[in-house]
Amino acid sequence: MASSRGSTITATETVEREFTDGATAIVRGALAAGCDFFAGYPITPASSILMMMLQNLPARGGIGIQGEDEIASIGMCIGAAMTGSRVMTATSGPGISLYSENIGVAIMGEVPLVIVDVQRLGPSTGAATTTAQGDVQFVRWGTGGGYPVIALAPSTVTECYTLTMRAFDLAERFRCPVFVLVDKELALTMRTVDSGGFVDASVRDRPLVDLSDTAPPEEYRYEPAADVVPMQVYGGDHPVRFTGSTHDEQAFITKNPAVVGALNEHLIRKITDHVEEIAMVKTDMEECATTLLVSYGVTAGSMRDAVATARVAGTPVSALTVQSLWPVPDAAIRDAAAGIERVVVAELNPGLYAREIERVLPDVEVLGIARTDGRLIAPSELVALIK
Amino acid sequence: MTTPISIEPHPTLRNEKDYPFCPGCGHGSVLDSLNEAMVRLELEPHEVVIVSDIGCSGLSDQYFRTSAFHGLHGRSITYASGIKLARPDLTVIVIMGDGGTGIGGAHLLAAARRNIGITVLVLNNFNFGMTGGQHSTTTPEGFVTPTTPGGNLEHPLDIVATVGVNGAAYAHRGTNFDDDIADRMAEGISTDGFALLDVWDLCTAYFVPNNKFSRRKIDSTMKDLGLDSGVLYRQERPEFATEYRRQAAAHTAGLRVDVVEPAVSPTLERRFHFVVAGSAGGRVRSAARLVATAAMQAGWWSAQRDDYPITVKTGPSLSEVIISPEEVNYSGVDRPDVLVIVSEDGLGKSAAFLEKMTGEDTVFVAAGLALPDTAARVVSVDLAGAGRPIPSASRALAMVAHAVDRTGAVPFDRFETVAGQGAFGEKNLDLVAAGVALNEA
Ligand SMILES: Cc1ncc(C[n+]2csc(CCOP(=O)(O)OP(=O)(O)O)c2C)c(N)n1
Ligand code: SF4
Ligand SMILES: [Mg+2]
Repeated sequence: MASSRGSTITATETVEREFTDGATAIVRGALAAGCDFFAGYPITPASSILMMMLQNLPARGGIGIQGEDEIASIGMCIGAAMTGSRVMTATSGPGISLYSENIGVAIMGEVPLVIVDVQRLGPSTGAATTTAQGDVQFVRWGTGGGYPVIALAPSTVTECYTLTMRAFDLAERFRCPVFVLVDKELALTMRTVDSGGFVDASVRDRPLVDLSDTAPPEEYRYEPAADVVPMQVYGGDHPVRFTGSTHDEQAFITKNPAVVGALNEHLIRKITDHVEEIAMVKTDMEECATTLLVSYGVTAGSMRDAVATARVAGTPVSALTVQSLWPVPDAAIRDAAAGIERVVVAELNPGLYAREIERVLPDVEVLGIARTDGRLIAPSELVALIK
Repeated sequence: MTTPISIEPHPTLRNEKDYPFCPGCGHGSVLDSLNEAMVRLELEPHEVVIVSDIGCSGLSDQYFRTSAFHGLHGRSITYASGIKLARPDLTVIVIMGDGGTGIGGAHLLAAARRNIGITVLVLNNFNFGMTGGQHSTTTPEGFVTPTTPGGNLEHPLDIVATVGVNGAAYAHRGTNFDDDIADRMAEGISTDGFALLDVWDLCTAYFVPNNKFSRRKIDSTMKDLGLDSGVLYRQERPEFATEYRRQAAAHTAGLRVDVVEPAVSPTLERRFHFVVAGSAGGRVRSAARLVATAAMQAGWWSAQRDDYPITVKTGPSLSEVIISPEEVNYSGVDRPDVLVIVSEDGLGKSAAFLEKMTGEDTVFVAAGLALPDTAARVVSVDLAGAGRPIPSASRALAMVAHAVDRTGAVPFDRFETVAGQGAFGEKNLDLVAAGVALNEA
């Protein structure tokens, strides 16, 4: 009954089990992906990722550093990425606010950068140890200009591992910030986990321009717009220029409309022309179902239990877990909604992703369960809504 | 984007572009001095990364053939630090304005304290040139800018002393008119550690006309402010990126992963909730962890969700353990099957649970706590009656052991096995025995 789409990774059976949490899985995923530079600033509920990275990178020849603030942390990551390092940082909503301007730098300068957001209840300082999914729009629109980024949302501990690896791969592929969106509950609640679920995803080597010989290296270019060209990093035999300002292909500042237009179209289309490649969803479809449950992250766990309960009771229902929140996997959502009369979107925020579902499915009734009191959505609450 | 490497030392690291600065602006001459310093050090373009800030000074990287990074206002030091940390062999030079020392002041302090091996040139013209001459951290008191029409009321920042007293290996103050400025730049660049040069110059578009400022007045202002010029700090401290690597070589660390090979599962009919409510610092979480791990050993699935105050030693502490015949998808606990209330703090956190619990559920409560009305079966446990005092940090484990023994929430032998493991094993087992023996009121 369960099927997968895109690059979903399926677990294999094994008898070995572990008692662990999402934060540890993210760290293991990052290390398995070859992350060799991490900078972050302590914030609950993301601090354990910072501590584990700083304790584990030195022995592996990597660099882990606590920045003087979030701005410095992401800045150091961007600088290190420009030397060829595979970089990650982790924070929570308040820290994403401080990352904002540099997220734009990473977009503009096409820097591969993995950003983990362990969401907590907001707004403002909110509640540090209370779970929420309030940053799903924020990470997408969190820097000026409106240019696209990629965001993945694991919904289990083992997906924290596999999707972190996938995030590194996508960062290398598309040279942009890739968010891993989790929350306090998924990151810090310890769970029994099947060891076989920690399946390595392949992470490509960074496509690099050869700067080691005297031959003129390949030029940086914006066209064709949807192409992503290999990176040039510091430390080779040729100088490399980088700028966060609008620039020509030699990274000199320009306002020439033709050049700037090509640059910005490239920044958009290198993502939007590849939505299918990025798309990751898990579907659990039942043939005669008229209700489709949609969720992501920790709330998808409640959805899985609700589906099981409804089916035992003989109520048909289908479910869609969105793993790649951004760019929105429109086609996969439309496929899952074929023949569906009613969609229920469950999330721990004021209804932030439901609006994307409404946009993709204008002719279907979309009902949102939006919780903002810090409690999880119970499976029973979802079961009550399945018709 | 590229320059073929040449064998000869570069006669210049400037490119063919003319500076964009206003006539008389001091920035161009500072950059000429930097070029002179780099040529003297025989640096190759690909060995140098010029990290520019924002402002007129921030345009600087575009006039060199070196590698370059142009990022955000005030953040140049952060990118430079990342580059240096990852590639200590590169020569990393920051060019920033006085503006950057305000918005990015935290980075200036941190870089000096770390003594990271970058060189920072502050092109200090006492105002924000690019945005129209507004006052900056270094505008002297009484000076006029568009944002201080009545004269500046803020004390000017002593950049050199700030980094100097905070650990910089090298700090120099001078002006772009000094004969030795290129020598000092070469000295700073060659320093193995954080080097900063505060180079005073003229913004002819704003600060000069607004204050009848001049080359002569630069010198008199320095004197009036009681500031010295020259190399004012030089100190031997380990360079951060090198020291980090030295320390790392001796470092071993592993991720803690608890791997369990579960036994053949005894049948567990349904999901079971075991909640421990006590005080922060009362080892509530570690006691609950034993229940969760024992469940795993029995072949079941578990989850443990902790709620604790940010101040770890006061206030309540709550651990909710879910024991399940299958993987736990939903980690919420609405109604505990077993609730262990160890202390007054724990009682305060239990109201919602007690309301939902039914006659099928059991509350184990430390004797003496005033439990509100509840439909649950109540077992009052007399912690004082153990024949010996049980310290507050041990009560959670004793009561949990008692509850496990009486309810069979997890097989008691499994619980004992996990309790007996590790450095505290013996002490734990002693407490488990004491807990089992506790009297019920
Ligand atoms: C976050 C942010 N705030 C404000 C600005 C606008 N801004 C551009 S340059 C500048 C000040 C530059 O002054 P300074 O660093 O002294 O350089 P100068 O132009 O004097 O060389 C400011 C505030 C900006 N670019 N970014
Ligand atoms: S505005 Fe001032 S700092 Fe900028 S170029 Fe003109 S004189 Fe120089
Ligand atoms: Mg200035």
